Amino acid sequence: MADKPLLTMEDVQIVFSSPDEADIEGVRRVDLNLRPGKTLCLVGESGCGKSVTSRSILRLLDQNARIDRGRILFTPKGGETVDIAALKPNSPAMRAIRGANISMIFQEPMSSLSPVHTIGDQIDEMIVLHERVKPKEARERTIALLDQVGVPGARERADAYPFHLSGGLRQRAMIAMALSCKPDLLIADEPTTALDVTTQAQILDLLREMQETYGMSMLFITHDLGVVAEIADEVAVMYLGDIVEQGDVYEVFKAPKHPYTQALMSSIPTLTRRSERKKLAPIKGNVPSPRDRPTGCAFTSRCPLAFGPCETQQPGRHEIGDGHVVRCHLLSETAAQTEGVA
Amino acid sequence: MSVEQIPIEASRTKKKKRVRESQAALVWRRFKQHRLALISLWIVGAFYFLAVFAEFIAPYDPSHYSARYTYAPPQGLHFFWRDEEGGLEFGPYVHGYETQIDPEAMRRVFVIDETVRYPVSFFVESEPYHLFGLIPMTVRLFGVTDRDAPMYLLGADRLGRDLLSRLIYGTRISLSIGLVGVALSLILGVVIGGFSGYYGGWFDNVVQRVIEFIRSMPTIPLWLGLAAALPRDWSPLTIYFAITVILSLVGWTELARVTRGRFLALRTEDFVTAARLDGASDWRIVIKHMAPSFMSHIIATATLAVPTMILAETALSFLGLGLQPPIVSWGTLLQDAQNIRALASAPWLLSPGVAVIVAILALNFLGDGLRDAADPHGR
Amino acid sequence: MARFFAGRLVSMVFTIWAVSFIAFAIIQLPPGDYLTTYIARLGATGETVDPAVVDALRQQYGLGDPFLVQYWKWLTGIISSGDFGQSFEWNRPVTELIWGRLGNSVLLEGIAVIFMWLVALPIGVYSAVRKYSLGDYLTTIFGFLGLAIPNFLFALILMYLSFSWFGETLGGLFSPEFEDQRWSLARVWDFFKHAWAPVIVLATAGTAQLIRILRANLLDELKKPYVTTARSKGLAEWKVILKYPVRVALNPLVSTIGWLLPTLISSSVVVSVVMSLPTAGPMLLRSLTSQDMYLAGALIMLLGVLTVIGTLISDLILAWIDPRIRHGASR
Repeated sequence: MADKPLLTMEDVQIVFSSPDEADIEGVRRVDLNLRPGKTLCLVGESGCGKSVTSRSILRLLDQNARIDRGRILFTPKGGETVDIAALKPNSPAMRAIRGANISMIFQEPMSSLSPVHTIGDQIDEMIVLHERVKPKEARERTIALLDQVGVPGARERADAYPFHLSGGLRQRAMIAMALSCKPDLLIADEPTTALDVTTQAQILDLLREMQETYGMSMLFITHDLGVVAEIADEVAVMYLGDIVEQGDVYEVFKAPKHPYTQALMSSIPTLTRRSERKKLAPIKGNVPSPRDRPTGCAFTSRCPLAFGPCETQQPGRHEIGDGHVVRCHLLSETAAQTEGVA
Repeated sequence: MSVEQIPIEASRTKKKKRVRESQAALVWRRFKQHRLALISLWIVGAFYFLAVFAEFIAPYDPSHYSARYTYAPPQGLHFFWRDEEGGLEFGPYVHGYETQIDPEAMRRVFVIDETVRYPVSFFVESEPYHLFGLIPMTVRLFGVTDRDAPMYLLGADRLGRDLLSRLIYGTRISLSIGLVGVALSLILGVVIGGFSGYYGGWFDNVVQRVIEFIRSMPTIPLWLGLAAALPRDWSPLTIYFAITVILSLVGWTELARVTRGRFLALRTEDFVTAARLDGASDWRIVIKHMAPSFMSHIIATATLAVPTMILAETALSFLGLGLQPPIVSWGTLLQDAQNIRALASAPWLLSPGVAVIVAILALNFLGDGLRDAADPHGR
Repeated sequence: MARFFAGRLVSMVFTIWAVSFIAFAIIQLPPGDYLTTYIARLGATGETVDPAVVDALRQQYGLGDPFLVQYWKWLTGIISSGDFGQSFEWNRPVTELIWGRLGNSVLLEGIAVIFMWLVALPIGVYSAVRKYSLGDYLTTIFGFLGLAIPNFLFALILMYLSFSWFGETLGGLFSPEFEDQRWSLARVWDFFKHAWAPVIVLATAGTAQLIRILRANLLDELKKPYVTTARSKGLAEWKVILKYPVRVALNPLVSTIGWLLPTLISSSVVVSVVMSLPTAGPMLLRSLTSQDMYLAGALIMLLGVLTVIGTLISDLILAWIDPRIRHGASR
């Protein structure tokens, strides 16, 4: 690997506790690698823990969630490596990273902005906080940013309230806010899910463009494989709290190795004439609740290829190409014979 | 295209668990989980038990007075004493009083005379009275065996009447005024709110404006004005009913609001539409299909309205424009506490206030519990 | 904004008209009128009244006219010359009697409202942010007690405690020497020495309610995504909470003034009687018992009008602080 990774998550486990039930492992095993300037898409069904994973990077988890195990190593441009998992959620050190080095945009552009503050006010605040400039200067930068993300009439819109703006414009304002302190990493938690299709495409274009301008990395959370194809350099597939496969987007799409990834790919409809259409191959069974997740590979209960060790033993990481990592026992069968990976 | 849309076969075959529990059983099960509400239910039950059997439980008639014991302080009920040989004896008793002259204040003060013991027992004989005003009886639940001995467990008032007995009789009036008032409000509220919600349109509009108007008015001046209009020569019973009517004239709005809201919500529910498509009549729809699903709400709201009524009666009577003194209610009892000097020398006159607070708290918790049980998600 | 304001003004005029009608209807309810009562009272003391005088009086007040005619005379008198009629008992125009009293009422209730907010805000925020902490439980208990103790009882208890502990009778709003003076620093000080007790009595129930509402609203708001956004900016936690969810939760709180005011004005009537405060309350009670109808009518009506104006003010504050209303957004 050429560059030092910007962000590495090593064996991260996130546990939710509740007063009257046993603890739940929302996220069981997450290993991620994010290189500077690249876009990593985190894909998975709803409830698989991808949002929780992304929030843990900024330590924005709810009070009942805690990181039980693992490290989140973050190396800002020209800075020291920090283990975010070791910081206190609201400590000054963590707050200095939030917004300045890592910023985030969310799914609901309506409810993610305060309804009673102007757009400009909410963006200014961040600039003033991290760059210690005068409010007036911050406002000028806000207007420039809004203009840059394609908000027409930026000067007037800065004084508008979120409910004055359409969903697409609101999301553009969110992006402007997230970019205001030139972060090294932008986490986008399903930023296009709540938007209609044409707006989605515009926002994706905008994000790509901004990435080129600012040279930041992106961690992009989505359940939409179409979005992945459009924006990702790398993709990580998550199933029920585990990252089952990470790798270059072309490799993973073309030659998925984990049975879950394979099932995902074969469930994408291709555009064909009616007579030529084949039945989609659905994944059999239901996603189990994290409560009765198999102790071994989480996918065992639905995997068509499950065998001996799957149910009880957790599969190890198998690096099968440059940065292409898979967690599956099938690979240890074949791999064990050839190289014997840990 | 998206992961979310992967068809999942199994979900359709999963059986829906049918809950065959009736609405009432369901509400009761949820209600039982509120411990505070359950305790409150017992307290409220005890209060109403007192109210129903007031004549039997109260040791004296509320008008039974004894000039010797004006403002006698509470005695306290004792259970153990030492006999002459120093052995421990058991049995409830009260001490007697001794009067002394306070040389500083130059007035008569009572001192508990610990040398005298008047045994207290159950089912003592009393002057004849009528239980519920009907059944002639000469036995009360408890009292001093010696009929001339004083027993003032909560102290005596200005005329030497037993405050405990008066408090128990007052419970009957105050609590029943709450119930009757709420019953009247309920009729008004459910009929007006029901029609308003069921038919909508201009009628609903007018009703809504009227409700808004009444709710935006300070009620006490209105109540005072209405109560002041009652003729002075009416009998206590007529006054009692007139006051209830006055209270419910202002108090029906909340019930009407809830009923209307429920009706509006239910009107668009699928099962009501289904019943209508089946050709059920309006009346049948309301009674068979809609009423059961909002009964619990109405009961909860009505329970929460009772304390408001009780408070209103207490305040009105306290100000002298509600019930008038021969009637014993918590409000009229508190009238005696109006004079701060009398209160300073006989603080037990405030004990009806304690009853008010406990009853209001219990009724509020009970109502909150019922409301949560009726509607676990909404507020 | 202008349209919103105009709409509120129109509905306010209608409400005030309805209040005047109800007030007049109520004072017309008692059988007979003040003159009959007056003659009966004179008769009881052995005096006789010349029937001609009675007739003249009856004529003067229009007591023989039908209800609507009397009402019309009363209303036009108020509108054209601010004349609320004559007080029979005091034998003076009602307007001479009421303004000072009403002024005291407004002053007392205004201070009570401010007091409520000053106390409820920090406590409500605290108990929402530290949900289920000891302080939160104490607040909840206090809230229930505050709602369950009838205010007149609370006033009595306070008076009893102060009398038996400090030998001081709480009551009134001014010491005798300041009673009829003009406002001065000394008088303000004297006022506050008297007013703290009634203010506490009046504000307790409302404070309890405000805390409950603020806590519930804030608990809802704390879960909203915009709070996470604010945290993701790197703001300090207290700043996040005060600037965003608290600010949003304030809006519904302001609109509660609309229904807190009627209760407050109601209780101030009762509390004023108990603590013998020179406000509208005791005067209303007295005028009602003596069938001094124009005085009672004016007081009932003006207490209603006071509520209406208070509600209007709270609506305006709401519009001022909530951009969604100010800019006429649908939600």
